[in-house]
Amino acid sequence: MSQPRVLLAGNPNAGKTTLFNRLTGSSARVGNYPGVTVECSAGTLRCDDTLSVTLMDLPGTYSLSARSPEERVAVDAMFASGEAAPAAIVVVVDALALTRNLYLALQIMETGLPVIIALNMMDAARDAGLAIDSDLLSAGLGVPVIPISATRREGLPELRAQLARTLHAGGAAGEVPVVRYPGAVEAAVATVTPAIAAFKPDASPQAARALALWALLSLGDDELVAIPSALRDAAASARARAEESATDLDQAVIAARYAFLEEVVESAVTRPSAQRRTFTDKLDALLLHRVSGFVVFATVMYVVFEALFSWSEPMVGVIEGGVVSAQDMVNAALPPGALRELLKDGVIAGVGNVIVFVPQIAMLFLMLGFLEDSGYLARVAFLIDRVMARVGLHGKAFVPLLSGFACAVPAVMATRTIESRRDRIATMLALPLMSCSARLPVYVLVIATIFSGEERVAGVFSPGALVLFTMYLVSTLATLGAAAVLRRTVLKGPRPALVLELPPYRRPEWRTLLRSTWERVRSFLVDAGTIILAISIVLWALLTYPKSEEVHARYEAQRSELASVADESERASRLEQLDAAEAGEQIRKSAAGRVGLAIEPVLQPLGFDWRIGVGIIGAFAAREVFVSTLATVFGISAGDEDATPVREALANASHTDGRKLMTPLAGLSLMLFFVFACQCMSTIAVVKRESGSWKWPMLMFGYMTTLAYVVSLAVYQLGSAFGWGLG
Amino acid sequence: MAPTLPVEQLDSVPVGRSATVVSVACDRATARRLMELGLLPGTRVDVVRVAPMGCPLELRVRDSALSIRRVEAARVAVQLLPEAAPVRPAVSPSVGHAAR
Repeated sequence: MSQPRVLLAGNPNAGKTTLFNRLTGSSARVGNYPGVTVECSAGTLRCDDTLSVTLMDLPGTYSLSARSPEERVAVDAMFASGEAAPAAIVVVVDALALTRNLYLALQIMETGLPVIIALNMMDAARDAGLAIDSDLLSAGLGVPVIPISATRREGLPELRAQLARTLHAGGAAGEVPVVRYPGAVEAAVATVTPAIAAFKPDASPQAARALALWALLSLGDDELVAIPSALRDAAASARARAEESATDLDQAVIAARYAFLEEVVESAVTRPSAQRRTFTDKLDALLLHRVSGFVVFATVMYVVFEALFSWSEPMVGVIEGGVVSAQDMVNAALPPGALRELLKDGVIAGVGNVIVFVPQIAMLFLMLGFLEDSGYLARVAFLIDRVMARVGLHGKAFVPLLSGFACAVPAVMATRTIESRRDRIATMLALPLMSCSARLPVYVLVIATIFSGEERVAGVFSPGALVLFTMYLVSTLATLGAAAVLRRTVLKGPRPALVLELPPYRRPEWRTLLRSTWERVRSFLVDAGTIILAISIVLWALLTYPKSEEVHARYEAQRSELASVADESERASRLEQLDAAEAGEQIRKSAAGRVGLAIEPVLQPLGFDWRIGVGIIGAFAAREVFVSTLATVFGISAGDEDATPVREALANASHTDGRKLMTPLAGLSLMLFFVFACQCMSTIAVVKRESGSWKWPMLMFGYMTTLAYVVSLAVYQLGSAFGWGLG
Repeated sequence: MAPTLPVEQLDSVPVGRSATVVSVACDRATARRLMELGLLPGTRVDVVRVAPMGCPLELRVRDSALSIRRVEAARVAVQLLPEAAPVRPAVSPSVGHAAR
């Protein structure tokens, strides 16, 4: 027999994750709820010697009411049938904001399912001088109330024991709390209840009543799917009838619940006579201050940025070194041939493409987890919301956008902190325009090709630095503009209001942080990693095959001539040159080379030729690969570590008609192309992972590529028309 | 019978003052969210601070700190409480009490 299921519910910031970790230890596993991109942790909880249950962590929520499929997860979990049906629900409530936290608990109690209330933060409540009589609370609510402090591990044995008692009692529910709803609400419930059978056929009469209330509050302006039309119609007609009698059903239901809770809480809670200034109040005076607040804000953001940009660098180096040694091992172990190339340049390089993101993802999620769990992330949103609101984004979009300067992959994953799906997707689709660190090698190569280091503009600024700065400025403006456009077009909808809780400051727990960071890394490796690996291998194959036998035979002949060269090192270096030159000719014959040649007419109006086209195709693996692909195209041997030979080759390259390829104007066009183009399979893979469908990454790829083409075209054509940059 | 106080918008309540909610007239989703968080007619709300850039506001409602934008606050009608009102009463007055 499988273990009974117990759900863990609670408000955000009520300490649910900490309690979950305390109760399940290392047994927790993370999965996804079917159909939505909402994560769900489950673990084993031992109640006593004979009874173990599967504890499932529901997403933190203030209420069961749902407008989106994501918000419906809790209701569906509660009314799951068969083995998935919950045997009991533990609701974690924050003792410091008791009435509001009990609102969710009351909604759950109304379903008639067995509920246990874990009254958390009791230590903090005591410190605040708050006396809560849990027996009175329990009597008033009609369910067991166990005072606990999850962080201090207080009350956990009692909670387990209570769970065992509840389950051994056969899951008999306690009394259902009697909320006195006004007549108009009762009439509406009577209208809707018969239609519940079409929605949740297994619901008990009590549950059907609770679901009728849920439907009255949730349906109407929602985006829920798979709601039977009978239920929709019933809810709509009940609402219409209430409107005739000038009753706001939402308000009537919510007010009746709060009236009930206030009575219970008043009987059980004794407040301190004088309100003390809390630690949070004092810290907020500093951190939300118009001067010191922004100083701290800028410092914190700088640290996040620095961590992503530089602190992860040594680890990235180690990974890249590991990839090279693995390739060397394969090189030594296998005979030359297609299999060796596949393993070395396809598979191992592809795996490298995946794990190279891990340091940045881990770093960002450690930082983000710290900011979120400490309560500061909500303050970041509070401080910066004004700016974000301008472009139709949520204050919480700031950290993901900023992280986009380092790398879009962890940044897209960081959008999870944004609750509204529309806001989250808009942020996700706009942020790859932020100029990430992988674009830098491309800028650097082009700038070094088109400018000499000595020129100065206005005496002080080097033109290269000015251009580089312009690229970052353009990318930032483009990101904000794209977000604004997305929110007004494909992601149009009622502008979701900012309703942000500023939770009390708390000390984050290292174990929780490490665990959630590991979960992020794991889900990236499993879900996005497989896509990245697959595309890596396909790209490698496109750039490698088909091979020209004729070219190969020609170079083999030249190689055999080298046998007469007596000097060992001379011969080795000549051989290397030959290899590079052959690779350069072969890439032209490869599928990617043919595509590059075929699309040359499309690229010429931008100032590019087929070689840049092949570079752009190769750069789809990762933007910085542009440099090494160009090296191959130009027949430069791989032994040259720095980009100098590529730069020289690029500077000397000319179109077939003899015109210079990399004029300053063409360089500018190329850099702008890289600012806008979605040249990154990993971003596409991670957006697929986070949005749950291919539709969004395809839209992103489409709009970014179009934008890149149009901007480069306009710049190159206008520039040429005005005669700029031909020198 | 309490003296009738003038009704004004929540966003015009000065920082540091308190008010009693009269109605929440935002769009349905926002109104429902605010009410479910306890911002109901009859509830006491303290305006704690305004963000440095002028928006959003920080409110204290039923022992928790909530932040909403000015646009939404403008659609919440309130009655300003006299300045001498004690900070955070034992239990915020419920709907029933307000009607007394």
